[in-house]
Amino acid sequence: MTEIKINKVISVIVKNEHSVLSRISGLFAGRGYNIQSLTVAPIPETNLSRFTIKTSGDKRVIEQIIKQLNKLIPVLKVIQHDGIIEKEMAIVKIPIEESLADIDALCRAYNGKIVNVSEDSIVTMVADEPERVENFLKAIKKYHPKEIVKGGSVAIEQ
Amino acid sequence: MRISGARMVVEALHKEGVNVVFGYPGGAIMNVYDELYKQDYFQHILTRHEQASIHAADGYARATGNVGVAIVTSGPGFTNAITGLATAYMDSIPMVVISGQVPTFLIGTDAFQEIDAVGISRPCTKHNYLVNTIEELPYILKEAFYIASSGRPGPVHIDIPKDITAEIGEFIYPETIVVDTYKPTDKGNIRQVKKAIDAISNAKKPLLYIGGGVISANASDDVREFAKITQIPIVETLMARGSIENNNPLLLGMVGMHGTYAANMAMSEADIIISLGARFDDRVTGKLSEFAKHAEIIHVDIDPTSIGKLVNVDYPIVGNLNKIILEMIEIAKEKINPSRYESWRQILKRYDEIHPLRFEDSDDVIKPQWVIKRVGELLGEKAVISTDVGQHQMWTAQFYPFSFPRQFVTSGGLGTMGFGFPAAMGVKRGKSDLVSINFSGDGSILMNIQELMTAVESRLPVINIVLNNGYLGMVRQWQTFFYDKRYSHTDLTMQPDFVMLAKSFGGVGYRVYTKEEFDRALEDAISKNCVAIIDVVVDRLENVLPMVPSGGTLYNMMLEYKD
Repeated sequence: MTEIKINKVISVIVKNEHSVLSRISGLFAGRGYNIQSLTVAPIPETNLSRFTIKTSGDKRVIEQIIKQLNKLIPVLKVIQHDGIIEKEMAIVKIPIEESLADIDALCRAYNGKIVNVSEDSIVTMVADEPERVENFLKAIKKYHPKEIVKGGSVAIEQ
Repeated sequence: MRISGARMVVEALHKEGVNVVFGYPGGAIMNVYDELYKQDYFQHILTRHEQASIHAADGYARATGNVGVAIVTSGPGFTNAITGLATAYMDSIPMVVISGQVPTFLIGTDAFQEIDAVGISRPCTKHNYLVNTIEELPYILKEAFYIASSGRPGPVHIDIPKDITAEIGEFIYPETIVVDTYKPTDKGNIRQVKKAIDAISNAKKPLLYIGGGVISANASDDVREFAKITQIPIVETLMARGSIENNNPLLLGMVGMHGTYAANMAMSEADIIISLGARFDDRVTGKLSEFAKHAEIIHVDIDPTSIGKLVNVDYPIVGNLNKIILEMIEIAKEKINPSRYESWRQILKRYDEIHPLRFEDSDDVIKPQWVIKRVGELLGEKAVISTDVGQHQMWTAQFYPFSFPRQFVTSGGLGTMGFGFPAAMGVKRGKSDLVSINFSGDGSILMNIQELMTAVESRLPVINIVLNNGYLGMVRQWQTFFYDKRYSHTDLTMQPDFVMLAKSFGGVGYRVYTKEEFDRALEDAISKNCVAIIDVVVDRLENVLPMVPSGGTLYNMMLEYKD
């Protein structure tokens, strides 16, 4: 038995119907699987939705997750290729007192930008690979962020 | 045809060939009950509790192989049905359960008798639906029957709001159905089957490990044929009892916690295990790291999630057993030489001789195992045997001489006390030419005792044989073995007079202290042709043996208990 924990991003294409979200989240909760992040959105011009689920577990667990997802009636397809392009997004609110120019430079370094500046705060965003977003969030700490909002992963096959 | 949603339910059930539904009316399902009143396509049997409706439909499905159908109302009607759904789900029983729901415009308002029914049934059904519009109702009904009975079977739940059963809509019932996201694998991978047979032909100690899937796939005859051609010894799970005739010399009996010594040793020493429709349940494997250590594993199952879930599989084969087994037979005829396994068969025969299934009979008190054996001698293949859950269930599995598939009806996965009696009513309704016996305990029988009324009213002459030891026996046994005899809340000596109880409902009752009394009671109950309780006073402290203690290993069974 392989006990080594692996992280996995799984895309699930489902029929966009009543309670499909709870079928999937209920499967994870009921069988004790871990969800690190979950992103759901309809696929344009279809009656389908795409779930992007970031999960972890040993090899047997990951295999079970994929099989159990496939077993759900409204699930059309489960994709778990390793050659996957994965992006995450974060929005950060920073006090206006911090240096706008420094923050702008930092954002640019991470494919991000300043999206709004108001009387009392600066709002920035980045969208990049999860590790890079993580690094950005470490770097931005220097500017005393008031609020950080992170989205879940979205992924697509190469 | 423009009809109401309620009428659509009735028409759909008729088109699905339903002969009987079990149920209990209530506010939100009244439109459907009004249509049930007006139709004469099929019978409705009124149980006295919704849980029993589901178990009865389940017993009917298990005994006949048809989809069982039950109808209940919203709120408490539905929550009462949940144990029945979970029971059927764990044992992969095809059922369609229809519940009423509050009208769509009241959903989410905490209306009277409102509960999020599909939210509750989701983890204990194969699939479920909340009907949103009258237009989708015919399609959902068709799909529900298709999903319940195809692939790995299971219960499907349809929740219908009251305004939809009242609404008039166009009824066109689909003849066939395609669900593009649901396509169970039917045919197994032939190359994989060939590789598996090759592996068997090179093995020295092969073992057939067969489960409930053999019964749901109606593959018992073919599995018997495969065993006959290859002369490979067989062990059965609890759920498979009956698929192989009990006097088949290759059958080593039940495997697992209360399996036979020979069956468990066979599992432990085999060099290749051929699992057909079984799922390596913890009650079968014991401690996983010690399970079948010397064996390669061939796993044939219709459900891919069963494969590789608990043990590593060398030859996974996904598909319908009733097709795969035919291919296995064809290839085996050429490739497998049955004499190759002769010494293995001899070893196992020896194990069976050293430690056969046994009990110490007595002249002073009736032994529970004797009752099971005796019913087997008297009725044999003339009865379908249901059970409740506990010691009596295990003794039945061990000592009844089952001879055909669907002869044994028991709650294996969920272990539901109170299952046996209503299930036996469903059995009787489906197999009216056979005697329907329910072996129960003095604990279990009280969990659906109100069904005496149903059995009397709907003329379902179930014979309940209560092995009365005045204990919640199985828990008491564990307390004896593992809890230093601290009998916490398992003494059930405070109990009703079962004879008077049966009589008060219009049934017949017997209290039995001796073997002669038992024979007379059983004969009388059968001749009376009405629901019966035979209350058999048995040895209070008898244990189910042999036993693999929880977490123990199959090759290290507790063969006897000395105080």
